[in-house]
Amino acid sequence: MHLPFAPAALATLAVATSLTLATTPALAADKVKVGFVSTLSGPSAALGVDIRDAFLLAVKLNGGKLGGLPAEVIVSDDQFKPDVAKGLFEKNIKRDKVDFMTGVVFSNIMLAALPEALDSDTIYLSPNAAPSSMAGKDCNKNFFAVAWPNDAYHEAAGQFATQRGMKSVYLIAPNYQAGKDSLSGFKRTFKGQVLGENYTKLGQLDYAAELAEVRAAKPQVLYVFLPGGMGINFIKQFVGAGLGKDITLLLPGFSADQDVIGPVGGAMSGLFNTAHWSPDFSNAANQKFVAEFRKEYNRTPTLYASQGYDTARLIDAAVRDVKGKIEDHEAVRKALKAAKFDSVRGPFRFNTNQYPIQNYYVRTVGSDGKGGLINKSFSEPILKDHGDAYVQACAMK
Amino acid sequence: MSPLRRRVALLALAGLLLALPPAMQALGAGYYVSTAGKIVVFAIAATSLNLVLGYGGMVSFGHAAFFGLGAYATGVLVSEGVLNAGMHLLATVALTAFAALVIGAISLRTRGVYFIMITLAFGQMLFYVANSIKGYGGDEGLNIRARSLLGFGLDLKDAPTFYYVALAVLAATLLGLNAFVGSRFGRAIVAIRDDDLRAEALGFATYRMRLAVFVAAGAIAGIAGALSVNQQGYVSPNLLHWTQSGTLMVMVILGGVASLWGGVLGATVLVVLQEALSAYTTHWEFWTGWVLLAVVLFARHGLAGWLAGLAVKKR
Amino acid sequence: MSVLALEQALNGLQFGLMLFLLAAGLTLVFGVMDMINLAHGSLYMVGAFIGAWIVGLTGSFLLGIVGAVLGTAAFGMALESSLLRSLYARDHLSQVLATFALILILNDGTRMLFGNDLPLSAPAALDGPVELLPGLSYPAYRLVIIGAGLVLALSLYLLVVKTRMGALVRAGASNREMATAMGVDIKRLFTVVFGIGAGLCAVAGVLMGPLLAVQVGMGENILILAFVVIVIGGIGSIRGALVGALLVGVVDTFGRTVMQALFREFLPPQMASAAGPALASVAIYVFMAAVLAIRPQGLFPARG
Repeated sequence: MHLPFAPAALATLAVATSLTLATTPALAADKVKVGFVSTLSGPSAALGVDIRDAFLLAVKLNGGKLGGLPAEVIVSDDQFKPDVAKGLFEKNIKRDKVDFMTGVVFSNIMLAALPEALDSDTIYLSPNAAPSSMAGKDCNKNFFAVAWPNDAYHEAAGQFATQRGMKSVYLIAPNYQAGKDSLSGFKRTFKGQVLGENYTKLGQLDYAAELAEVRAAKPQVLYVFLPGGMGINFIKQFVGAGLGKDITLLLPGFSADQDVIGPVGGAMSGLFNTAHWSPDFSNAANQKFVAEFRKEYNRTPTLYASQGYDTARLIDAAVRDVKGKIEDHEAVRKALKAAKFDSVRGPFRFNTNQYPIQNYYVRTVGSDGKGGLINKSFSEPILKDHGDAYVQACAMK
Repeated sequence: MSPLRRRVALLALAGLLLALPPAMQALGAGYYVSTAGKIVVFAIAATSLNLVLGYGGMVSFGHAAFFGLGAYATGVLVSEGVLNAGMHLLATVALTAFAALVIGAISLRTRGVYFIMITLAFGQMLFYVANSIKGYGGDEGLNIRARSLLGFGLDLKDAPTFYYVALAVLAATLLGLNAFVGSRFGRAIVAIRDDDLRAEALGFATYRMRLAVFVAAGAIAGIAGALSVNQQGYVSPNLLHWTQSGTLMVMVILGGVASLWGGVLGATVLVVLQEALSAYTTHWEFWTGWVLLAVVLFARHGLAGWLAGLAVKKR
Repeated sequence: MSVLALEQALNGLQFGLMLFLLAAGLTLVFGVMDMINLAHGSLYMVGAFIGAWIVGLTGSFLLGIVGAVLGTAAFGMALESSLLRSLYARDHLSQVLATFALILILNDGTRMLFGNDLPLSAPAALDGPVELLPGLSYPAYRLVIIGAGLVLALSLYLLVVKTRMGALVRAGASNREMATAMGVDIKRLFTVVFGIGAGLCAVAGVLMGPLLAVQVGMGENILILAFVVIVIGGIGSIRGALVGALLVGVVDTFGRTVMQALFREFLPPQMASAAGPALASVAIYVFMAAVLAIRPQGLFPARG
């Protein structure tokens, strides 16, 4: 049945749509446009929300500007889906013509969307994900990791476990790039025996099967990398299965941060974790950040928030250093690499592969004096001036 | 409509479609050329489903698996350094046709709701297999930086170039479908769809004819998948998930089952709805759902049927 | 039997029983009304959201479950008598499309009302472990789930086998025309059956909420497993749904753990962890395909 109207209707539809969706091209030399794509919905939304809130707070405290130019931050939700993130990156870069891209929480989502930025010479600053591949052989002049190399917290934790004389460990992480990085990081510094290495499905929330295996393996230490909602559920179920009696639970910083402490509650007290930042750091930048964040959002910031804040302040410093000439990508990159800004974590500098070199600390969850729980850091860093294991493989010098 | 009017209408349409990329770039909406490319790819996939579902009467709930297999076949080859488009075409068609042959051979022994369920089962099986191949991304998906090399200096990373190539494939698919529908084989398939007992009594090899159509449709879906990975530079197991099969079905039913342009219409409307609505509201799924519901309840033969009805009324 | 195997068996039982709650409603609807309802998973989601919302307001988990069951059953019955009724006479394809559209509407509608997700925790009293055997402490909450599942399975069995209404349902499932001819008020029966199915979904949704997340789209993955269960068990058969659900639950749990352990012998851990669960899932679908090819009416057919 050949329909004469179908082609005509189709054509009209196509033209009508293209006319309604046409946008006027933007001239972007007089302001800074930042495309912010992050996970803002789902069980792990708290992470993306924190990075976004802190980033926007930094811009607000700066009078709505970055480096002296008015800033426009376009925020969208990747819904924890790599293909959605890819589409959003494309939209931000091709339609909105942004100057910087940032925001993604999870390594797998970032790796799927990143080519859109790198292929179009758009600078991407990662406020969280920093996979080993981008530190080493895939390193790129347009990629800046502002948080910490994926392996770092775990190397610190392994160091701590060794220092404490722990002999055996059972490892759990989600089955994706960051998960793999995390456990290789731990194994790099831990000198005891690894009784088991279990990779769960990313986004999995029911750990009955894994906990049964942990019980059967009888390790001294259980080291778990499970960010966001995964971590909350795991810790609750760990306690519910009665495993806390004989097994020490050791965590990387974000699995024991404010977003987890809240939902899990009292069971978190006393848990050790490792991180590059703690809310109780005494440097001026951090004291201002924590106070302002609490005032604006009525909650204690997580380390994700600290990373989002630092990312905005890094962009601010770089744009100021190039005196607003952000079209000169080479100059902007150079300014970013110099990283002349006061980070809330204390000393900060970039390695040749544009990954951070910094200190890592052990923290423990304790009382905040007001009936709640908060992280407190040990003053002596467990890893000092620490880079990453992949920098040699990077071609950038 | 007289053959002359029809020919003029088709020419006008062809002209409009060819002029789309430069027109959009002139309007400053160059970004939407890639959306147009996405529509064309889905149109090919939906048309292939229409072949098997509309004309063949086989409600296959696992059709997205062939789309995904085609995408993986090409994606894996590119990631291994094999860039020749001819190789990609060969591998894609071989893999998807083979998979369709195996799945079809088993599934076509069942009928009705059991056929729907068993095609769903096979689709999900392939989905889980794709999820497990960690070497090629697994559930994280596979990124490819290069594209199929077509030669003649054609760069598929360029959105207008991709659009024209995909449009050519769509045109070929529609011409092929049109020829098939008018042929003896085509009419036999429709007869089998309408009453297979009678067809069998008349001496048609119903099982083998259905299988042939199933395999052909699978291969075409695979080619659409190969195009898709070239456009996105990314393939993930989600392409094989049953919800993707559902979306393809929606496109076919929306556009008009067993109509030549049904897949094209359905794909266009669904993607345009998604893009247009999501510009105004985050709740585009809500409105899309109501539109679909309305089509099912009030426009039984899809948009194509509704438009044809309008054409009849006009006389 | 080793402690590990016992614990995994309990996990499989728990998952299987929850799956049964969904499959029971689905098989009844499919068996009695001959309708493919893709939106069945959405009822599970609606139940979880209503329950989580009530728990958030009142702090009582019990109120949450009761409220969710009543609310979802009412919603389901309203849906049935208004929209779904017009689909019974239509072909399966139209039913697929219409209920697929319903998934989209319900997903986004829930998002508009409640947001993308709601927190839901198990009652604090059940947070700790119960020592079943020396060396095996099983979470109390999961034991409650198993208990609830068993009680509901038994109640459903009694309802279907021992009551008059159950007899009507079985009659409708095995031969609808005959049942109508015998004077059964088919319309009311359908509405009630749908309501029961929706209520069961709500129980599963609220019970599973603390273990999985109460979020939009939570019904999609479990829906497909429910379909697998009823195909294996036999469309229209409650007994089949139970057996099928337990089978799938145990295969899934054991497959994930035992197969993973097996793969870890010769594959790097990341690949083993991916291959194990994938193979378990594939196994379930292979089983379903085999049932369809060899004995399409299922293990315990209701018809014929």
